[in-house]
Amino acid sequence: MATVDLAQRILDIGSFDGFEFDCQPIPGEIDLLQVTVSEFEDLPVFVSVTDNQILCITYLFAESDLDPSRRSDMLEEMLTLNIPMPLSSFAKIDDRYVVFGALAIGSGIEEICHEFITLTENCAEALLALEEYLK
Amino acid sequence: MSILKKIVSAVRGGASELGELIVDSNGTRIFEQEIRDADNYVRKAKHDLTDVMAKQMQASRQVESTRQEIRQHESYAVKALEQNDEKLALEVADKVAKLESDLEEQEAVLTAFTDHVTRLKTLVKKTERQLADYERQLSMVKTTESVQKASASISDNYASTSSRILSAKDSLERIKKRQQETYDRIGAAESLEKEEQGDLDEKLAAAGITATPKSAQDVLDRIKRGQT
Repeated sequence: MATVDLAQRILDIGSFDGFEFDCQPIPGEIDLLQVTVSEFEDLPVFVSVTDNQILCITYLFAESDLDPSRRSDMLEEMLTLNIPMPLSSFAKIDDRYVVFGALAIGSGIEEICHEFITLTENCAEALLALEEYLK
Repeated sequence: MSILKKIVSAVRGGASELGELIVDSNGTRIFEQEIRDADNYVRKAKHDLTDVMAKQMQASRQVESTRQEIRQHESYAVKALEQNDEKLALEVADKVAKLESDLEEQEAVLTAFTDHVTRLKTLVKKTERQLADYERQLSMVKTTESVQKASASISDNYASTSSRILSAKDSLERIKKRQQETYDRIGAAESLEKEEQGDLDEKLAAAGITATPKSAQDVLDRIKRGQT
């Protein structure tokens, strides 16, 4: 499935489970979508489609947002929260901490929408949980 | 070094090194070539396997047919002996001896084919495992590459507009505000429900439909009444 097809499917479905979606392509070297879930407009989901998976990523905060003296405590808390957090995991890309979820390439649009909602909710929840470690 | 370790050190060293990783001896192109080679190898081995298995079946049928012939001639020899025809029995025995020698050769061929089939099957499995391993590693490199590129696009895109997504504090404020609104809504709904229910309870009690709560004095009075 190409990124363009996914974008079309998201636009077609429009809303799911009471949430509305907005979807925009991001220019760059690889095809990328920015999907926002209503009520969570400031936590966009970045979606890329690879050979075998659909990767959904939301940004938590940058390394520079962290209180350096509490960095290792926060990392440990992230590891502890990783399993309880449903369907999403913590990760780091360059100097930014993220929450991400991966779906099989053959996933249906409803599963994909469910992923967007869960991911943004998890991201909001994680920000609240990890607030004390921020500067 | 494992592919994961390589990816970690490449990512730490910066994206340019990741580019090198993609094209170096463990990079995408070599992987893809190795996967193609392994795939061809598996296909050829499977083809050889069907050939050898067909020959094995043929040899097995031959062995079985010779065994049957031996059993048959042995029964002929028994019958010749029963008729006291020693000469005929000896001739039949000679035939059996020849058949047994054939059988030995045929059994050797069958064993050779059976061994070959086992070897080829092991080889196919081993190569298929290797193939799956290459594909897994390739997928790791490609995903890392894709995430790196995606991250670069996102950074470029947001650097040129606003850094809205990068401010965790702003996001947090909004999330909290939204959460508070939700709590307030739930709280308001709950207190409204309580008020309505409270009014109704009062009216019911005033009308004597529901019992008024009992006091300790009521209970004591009842006990005293029981004593007299």
